[in-house]
Amino acid sequence: MQKIPDMLREHPFFRDLAPADLEFIAGCGENAIYAAGDYLAQENEPADYFFLIRKGRVAVETYRPDRGPICLQTLHDGDVFGWSWLFPPYQWTFDGRAMDQVHAIRLNGKCLREKCEAEPRLGFQLMQRFARIATERLQAARIQLLDVYAQPSPLVGDRQ
Amino acid sequence: MMQDFILQAGDLDLLVQAIRKEGFQVMGPVLRDKAITYDTVASAADLPQGWTDRQEKGCYRLERRDDDAYFGYAVGPHSWKKFLQLPRRQVWKARKDTNDIQVTEITEEPPRMAFLGVRSCELHAIAIQDRVFVDDQHSNENYAQRRSNLFIVAVNCTSAAATCFCTSMNAGPKVTLATDLAMTEVIDGDEHYFLIGSDSYRGSQVLRQLPVTPSGKRHEEAAARGVQNAVRQMEEGPRRFDSSDLKELLYRNYESASWDQVAERCLSCANCTMACPTCFCSTVEDTTDLSGDHAERWERWDSCFTADFSYVTGGPVRADTRSRYRQWMTHKLATWHDQFGSSGCVGCGRCITWCPVGIDLTEEVRNIRELEKPGPEQ
Amino acid sequence: MIPQMYRIEHRQEEYPGTFTLHLSPEQDDSDAFRPGQFNMLYAFGAGEVPISMSGPESRDGSLVHTIRTQGQVTAALERLRRGDQVGVRGPFGNGWPLEIAAGSDLVIIAGGLGLAPLRPVIYSVLRSGIQTSRVRLFYGARRPAERLFQSELERWMQALELVQSVDHAVDEWQGHIGVITDPLQAAEFDAARTVAFVCGPEIMMRFCIRTLRQAGVPESAIFLSMERNMKCATGHCGHCQWGPNFVCKDGPVFCYGDIRQWFNIRAL
Repeated sequence: MQKIPDMLREHPFFRDLAPADLEFIAGCGENAIYAAGDYLAQENEPADYFFLIRKGRVAVETYRPDRGPICLQTLHDGDVFGWSWLFPPYQWTFDGRAMDQVHAIRLNGKCLREKCEAEPRLGFQLMQRFARIATERLQAARIQLLDVYAQPSPLVGDRQ
Repeated sequence: MMQDFILQAGDLDLLVQAIRKEGFQVMGPVLRDKAITYDTVASAADLPQGWTDRQEKGCYRLERRDDDAYFGYAVGPHSWKKFLQLPRRQVWKARKDTNDIQVTEITEEPPRMAFLGVRSCELHAIAIQDRVFVDDQHSNENYAQRRSNLFIVAVNCTSAAATCFCTSMNAGPKVTLATDLAMTEVIDGDEHYFLIGSDSYRGSQVLRQLPVTPSGKRHEEAAARGVQNAVRQMEEGPRRFDSSDLKELLYRNYESASWDQVAERCLSCANCTMACPTCFCSTVEDTTDLSGDHAERWERWDSCFTADFSYVTGGPVRADTRSRYRQWMTHKLATWHDQFGSSGCVGCGRCITWCPVGIDLTEEVRNIRELEKPGPEQ
Repeated sequence: MIPQMYRIEHRQEEYPGTFTLHLSPEQDDSDAFRPGQFNMLYAFGAGEVPISMSGPESRDGSLVHTIRTQGQVTAALERLRRGDQVGVRGPFGNGWPLEIAAGSDLVIIAGGLGLAPLRPVIYSVLRSGIQTSRVRLFYGARRPAERLFQSELERWMQALELVQSVDHAVDEWQGHIGVITDPLQAAEFDAARTVAFVCGPEIMMRFCIRTLRQAGVPESAIFLSMERNMKCATGHCGHCQWGPNFVCKDGPVFCYGDIRQWFNIRAL
């Protein structure tokens, strides 16, 4: 059985983090396996966790009364899910649903927050990594908004 | 070295007739619509003898000369390109029967044309279009055929319009490119003659039929003085500029504020591209008759100043005047070098004269250069 | 240069507004083409449009073109059915540099309709026309239903590494939901061995090139296919000028390293 610090080290999110820091963070983590259809997170529920996806697919979803669940993005091996635990009111904004069997490391948000408070240097390291992921997600969302593959309507596209 | 002869001005019509007799349709300068344009010339009497053109930004006026010079003008709104790259021509016709479409190319018996009075800048312009239509990867057959028969009588410029800047573009005023016949008109006191020489076998065949006499040093010096006069006018004029680094200058300045400034005046009217002797862009029109069984394709001159020109799915790539003027000028002066190995500008000044708002390409170059200079140290 | 007549042997609707025509020549002397080249397709009386070859190189001169209806001419082409005739001038353009892809880790990145000009490359790879050490296809589309060549994509999954990403999808979709740059960003690249062929909307190519560059893929190993207005395809009409380049004869495929300075000038 692989140990949590080893699994953290293998995940891209923690790439190149000092071994001592990994040990420190590992104290907040546990192994988690979700079956297809299981929810990792649900909108408005307490956001207690941060997930490192080791294997499997997670759908980031919301729900529309007329359409049912709508997937906004899929996350895959090596991705992370969840930052709602970082800020009050510590509630999920979207659903996170396993699309197939998902192997993840579940890190306790409260525990992580406390470690960051206690060790600001590490807190900064983690915040940098989160900011980078958030930036990438924002960029992706913006590109998605562009609807680049759409059939251009001559009226909409015409800048005359 | 070309042997020069003297043709008396009174015998100029003999030259026109000799060329006509060789089977050429002579095209040359004529007075039309208060301008000197190029059209069919039946005799020397059709030429704009005694007329000149006064040109400035957005301004063209015909004026009487105080002598009887035949070629005492600079350039008019037309260029020779209209005879080589036709402004409008049918490319093919197509017919649809029950199950089959037949496309037939429209071919013509290429006319045997002689251009009378081609200036050095215009020779350069024709050579530039040759590189586009004949010497490139694909050939434009219609152009190539019209061009291959062409008989050229070039005329050296002995005076320049205020809009001329061929010296800056190394395109004149002295004729240096190959022609069939080249001449310089000299009016010296009571004398009025052409110093004329042939540059080709065909040219010499025509020259042989004329009552010419060998030229003397005196004639050659008078002709050279005339050309030198045109050089001096341009060198002392406000439009002289250094063109040696134009490509690099413009490649560095795609985001110059000058493009915004010129866009405030430019009407995107396309006049400069129509008047330009090297602009070669074209578009096509496809039509059918009412039965829907007969279709035609026509090609016509187009301009990079139109909205349709750069249209791709969704809209035009160059949606504003800034980007269109920038395209036109950087193409003419910069990218042309990479495409065809020379500038696309010959310094004829037509784009300056025929711009309805008086945009001056030489001023725009200067403006880009000025704006590029670093500001004063703070 | 007048169009040669071809007859529609087969017409396939890819998804609404996008269709593929299989054409066979009415005469014998049709030219061979290279993947990435294009033809000018003539719809009787309506005009011509530049359309890339989307089919395999063939000995009998047959052609495959995949077309999206977006203007008068493509609308006229869409109305044509099996047995109707289409005029063809071509082939034009330079095509993909398959010789450079040989021996490389080939990364094919296609967006929407951009898969069409790349399909001949895929055919060439699958038939071992070119030997590569690794082939990956990243395909981005709007929805699963708005993907080209859907049944072939299924088959290609067996033969090459296929990563698909769509902007929107419902549950049955097995690929990514998001943007194609996401899986591209997550992919590992042997930067020194990678050769990338990119074709799609210009804006999508911009983001993909940024991702490839971040992964260390050199500019000289990235190739993209450009689209501009075209009337003649022979370098005479002037419409497709893009800086000093004529897209019709210098392209449509360009090495990013050669055209980087033009790629980033707006309204060029």
